[in-house]
Amino acid sequence: MGETLLELRGLHVHYELRGGLGRRLRGRPPEILRAVDGVDLTIERGETLGLVGESGCGKSTLGRAIVGLCNPTAGTVSYGGEELTAKRERSRRRRIQMVFQDPYSSLNPRMTVRQTLSELLLAHQLVPKASVEARCRELLDLVGLGPRALDAHPRQFSGGQRQRVAIARALALEPELLIADEPVSALDVSVQATVLNLLEELREKLGLTMLLIAHNMAVVRHVGDRVAVMYLGRIVEEAPTDELFTNPRHPYTQGLLRAVPRLVPGRVSEAAGVVGDPPSPIDLPSGCRFHPRCPIAQEPLCSTNDPALTGAPDAAHVAACHFAWTERPPAHVPEVIES
Amino acid sequence: MSEPLLRVRDLRVEFQLARGTLRAVDGVSFDVHPGESLGLVGESGSGKTVALRALVGLLPRTARITGGTVEIDGVDVSSASEARRRELRGTTVSMIFQEPMTALNPVMRVGEQIAETPLVRLGQSRREAKQRALELMRLVGIPDPTRRAEAYPHELSGGMRQRVMIAIALSGNPRLILCDEPTTALDVTIQDQILKLLQQLQRELDVALVFVSHDLAVVAQTSRRVAVMYAGQIVEQGAVADVFREPRHPYTLGLMRSVPDFDAVRETLTAIPGAPPDLASPPRGCRFHPRCQFVQTDCLEGEIPLIELGGDCAARCLHHDQVALDVRREPVIADG
Repeated sequence: MGETLLELRGLHVHYELRGGLGRRLRGRPPEILRAVDGVDLTIERGETLGLVGESGCGKSTLGRAIVGLCNPTAGTVSYGGEELTAKRERSRRRRIQMVFQDPYSSLNPRMTVRQTLSELLLAHQLVPKASVEARCRELLDLVGLGPRALDAHPRQFSGGQRQRVAIARALALEPELLIADEPVSALDVSVQATVLNLLEELREKLGLTMLLIAHNMAVVRHVGDRVAVMYLGRIVEEAPTDELFTNPRHPYTQGLLRAVPRLVPGRVSEAAGVVGDPPSPIDLPSGCRFHPRCPIAQEPLCSTNDPALTGAPDAAHVAACHFAWTERPPAHVPEVIES
Repeated sequence: MSEPLLRVRDLRVEFQLARGTLRAVDGVSFDVHPGESLGLVGESGSGKTVALRALVGLLPRTARITGGTVEIDGVDVSSASEARRRELRGTTVSMIFQEPMTALNPVMRVGEQIAETPLVRLGQSRREAKQRALELMRLVGIPDPTRRAEAYPHELSGGMRQRVMIAIALSGNPRLILCDEPTTALDVTIQDQILKLLQQLQRELDVALVFVSHDLAVVAQTSRRVAVMYAGQIVEQGAVADVFREPRHPYTLGLMRSVPDFDAVRETLTAIPGAPPDLASPPRGCRFHPRCQFVQTDCLEGEIPLIELGGDCAARCLHHDQVALDVRREPVIADG
């Protein structure tokens, strides 16, 4: 067992929606959007954890809460044993860095790469002023860009190159934990590989710990040591990568895996992997949040009783389903829910 | 073999830009037979979407068709009047777009949008058209169609909107549906639902599909045949089962090796070096040669033809046998 680097306990991030005028006049309480709704998660030093889920499941919000871009409503984020709040001093902020999905909007268009990088280096006093230039070159070299890139503006780069600049910016602060939120989904297919390979290489070279947030199962399978599956603000299953892909226990994970389009057409099932639309995170289903779409949901257990993450005694593989580790009820087609 | 429903020959589309003429589609030819499905796959800028839109005359103003012919059901639409083309659109041919939110009319109830073609084009009565709309909504798997027909697009989820768009596409009983990345904006499970719906409809209604996507696996799932586009040209085509298992063009091979395959965990992904060319000044000779690992001196000059390889396959590569050897050494699709 390695050393725990990051630990989330009962993390909640809720957003209060203002609601319409009518709602406020009638004195109704504001609606609450439960983006992250009770997440326990640990990441060990040196590992890569893949976090998958569909849009709106809260995976990006979770990443933002870890890095300190939003305030948890409840629960804690501990890093190396110390509790972190969203407001952090510089020296702590530095240790967790983030790479965002869209390199077209996450870089300042009016700053050259040199300005972007040296500003960080100086503000955090990471290197003496005289060595800033050398460090900038070193960082670019690390992400596979030549020194000529230093004087370029983001618009002069292709998508893949921009993402490299964004990675260099994150690495400038010498972080221990890198959170990559959909780092390749805005990139063209042939370029995705270079960025994924780069992340892999950097992880080995710098001993980075990584949280890779993605919706693409193939990407997560390729990069992650462990995978956590998120659904409507909760982790529903977590396991070592191979185990999760070959022996998924949660019906949602199973459906998600069946939904992935495959290069060999014969491997795709005829029936849809998961039926219906995800419910709104403002109005969560009772009991197990997956029960309205679940092919093995049993009444009244699943609609009243919220299952906890449970697993085998060594607990490397956990799933939040009443039937994860017992004999399953026969599958039925859930009625397509109304949204 | 039946007559092709769609016959495209040497299609050329250019964009006039300040920095020169950009040849977005440069001599593209393909056939689609009734009930068949063809996937057009390529990266952004490969010309796949422009080629698709050129088929029905839905190009942006800066674009111009500069050559080639497009025949739909025996009618040469490239020389047809706009009125004649409009007649074909919606009835013989229809289209499904990537972003249903921008393709649907935001201030019109979805039921009315679906009923529009039956009402206006097929000359049905209001009552018939309304019935037809409900029937189509049921067909595309929209629950509670009577209630949903009264909804506006913004009241529906992304998946439901795409189902509405499919219902509209089907409303004129087309024989050919052009799909432009119809699931790219959707989540995995919703994409899966829509792809399976399209497959089922294609089988049941015997419509032909042209399916544009950047995702190889999506094309593998929806199409029987595939054409791979690069820099405005088709570089390889054939049955999906052949092309993806034994690619004969280095670009197809490069794409296959660069995407993480769900079924095969590879140690490393092999990226294609470099970037696609600027289409205002494409490289001489083979357009892929600056990025190609199999490049020889004969690749650097002259126009490289699409070479027939038998069994309906063709590749625009002089050294396709080298590619085949490489694939034999290291298969691209895991067996099992």
